[in-house]
Amino acid sequence: MEYSPPPFFKRGPSLLTRFAFFSLLSVVLLISDARFSYLQVVRQVIAAVAYPLQRLSTLPEVLAERVAEFFVTQAQLRRENDQLKRQELLDATALQVQKSLDAENQHLRQLLGLRERMSREVITAEILYANRDPFTRRVVVDKGFQHGVKPGLAVVDDVGVVGQVTRVFPWISEVTLVTDKEQAVPIQLLRSGLRGVTFGVGYDGTLELRFMPVNADIQNGDLLVTSGIDGTYPPGLPVATVTNIERNAAYAFARITCTPAAGVNNFRQVLIVSGGETLPDNPMAEDDSGPRARKGKK
Amino acid sequence: MNLGWLHPPTGTKASPQEILLPVRGWYIALTLLTALVIDLLALPALVQQVRPDFIALTLVYWVVYHPRRVGFLPAWVLGLTMDVADGSLFGQHALAYAVLMYLAILFHRRIVMFGMRQQVLHVLAILLASQVIMLGVRLMAGAEFPGPLYFLSSLFGAALWPVLFNVIRIPLRPRADPDAA
Repeated sequence: MEYSPPPFFKRGPSLLTRFAFFSLLSVVLLISDARFSYLQVVRQVIAAVAYPLQRLSTLPEVLAERVAEFFVTQAQLRRENDQLKRQELLDATALQVQKSLDAENQHLRQLLGLRERMSREVITAEILYANRDPFTRRVVVDKGFQHGVKPGLAVVDDVGVVGQVTRVFPWISEVTLVTDKEQAVPIQLLRSGLRGVTFGVGYDGTLELRFMPVNADIQNGDLLVTSGIDGTYPPGLPVATVTNIERNAAYAFARITCTPAAGVNNFRQVLIVSGGETLPDNPMAEDDSGPRARKGKK
Repeated sequence: MNLGWLHPPTGTKASPQEILLPVRGWYIALTLLTALVIDLLALPALVQQVRPDFIALTLVYWVVYHPRRVGFLPAWVLGLTMDVADGSLFGQHALAYAVLMYLAILFHRRIVMFGMRQQVLHVLAILLASQVIMLGVRLMAGAEFPGPLYFLSSLFGAALWPVLFNVIRIPLRPRADPDAA
């Protein structure tokens, strides 16, 4: 239905021109974001402007929660209270043991001349909403760089590893879940001490343990914990349990599927673990400063 | 490009044309802003997957019924805002909205000729086109196909078209003549 009006009814550039202009602009943005990530500043500005709207749109949920909290029955509270007391008792005994073990551990470390493990700072954050983008597994939490969150920090809940902070805005930040496609977590098998890396596959509730030889010592039900050798995730946090192993001699590696330990989709409060240990630089990278080494480092 | 075949055959029953109050700029801005807030609502993950895109719907409404009032620029800026809020690729929604605007402007004379049921089908096609654009962009960027449920969003969006049509028009309907009483 494109038509050209007589010149005395000029209404600016034609529809096709405007469409071509804006789609080209979008494509340029897409490429610069996907390939080079140049647009962090623009993102920050728009995020700051949209922040009040975002808070406004979480309001109905918050209100609904308040109302639900108000109508909690006494029986429910009693039950919860009992449960918590029991849990506290259990925890107290565990803590006492832990304290003595801590002291012993510190002593042994000093004896061995090991570096004392730095205590990590922890920021508690609340999940505002699950990301609306259906192509990725991300959540948005209510702490940003105003609260000291930095990109790359590990995010954990009370059960295990949840994910990693990927984008930080002034008051909120985006956490990529471990189940996101190609999201990698360095792990160690609790039973055998075998090290490896899990990758998200892009579906909920599934992780893949890749590059494990067919004859690797792995069994169903093995617990995978963070190895800590990446300097990002604190060591010893549960990541997943092995649920399925497919050993096929035709392939170099076994196909190992795991289920994430943290309820990656059903929790509200999370911890952002900051202040990781600064690891020494990779000695291999210093040997040859050619372009290959740089690429490998990245 | 000969698009003569797109014209509805003469004698098609056109939707009854209401006489409405003139639309003010701030009202258009308000509806778009409301649509943005609705799109940003925090919903359970399952609902999130099939949530219709209200910004797209509202844009289509204004473009179809007042094509000279909403241009590409506001649509594009809204797209960028959605990209940031969604954490999707920068320019993904912007490109999809540009396509949506193009199709809506191209077909606006045709769409108003039809009754509500046929309009829904047109809106469905436009919404699907914008979703396919987004899907294509993400697949090219290396994402996983989120499953056929992804397209339910357009279906729900098109189903909501009559509702949106009537809700947007509420403040535009002339009140009963106060002098008549």
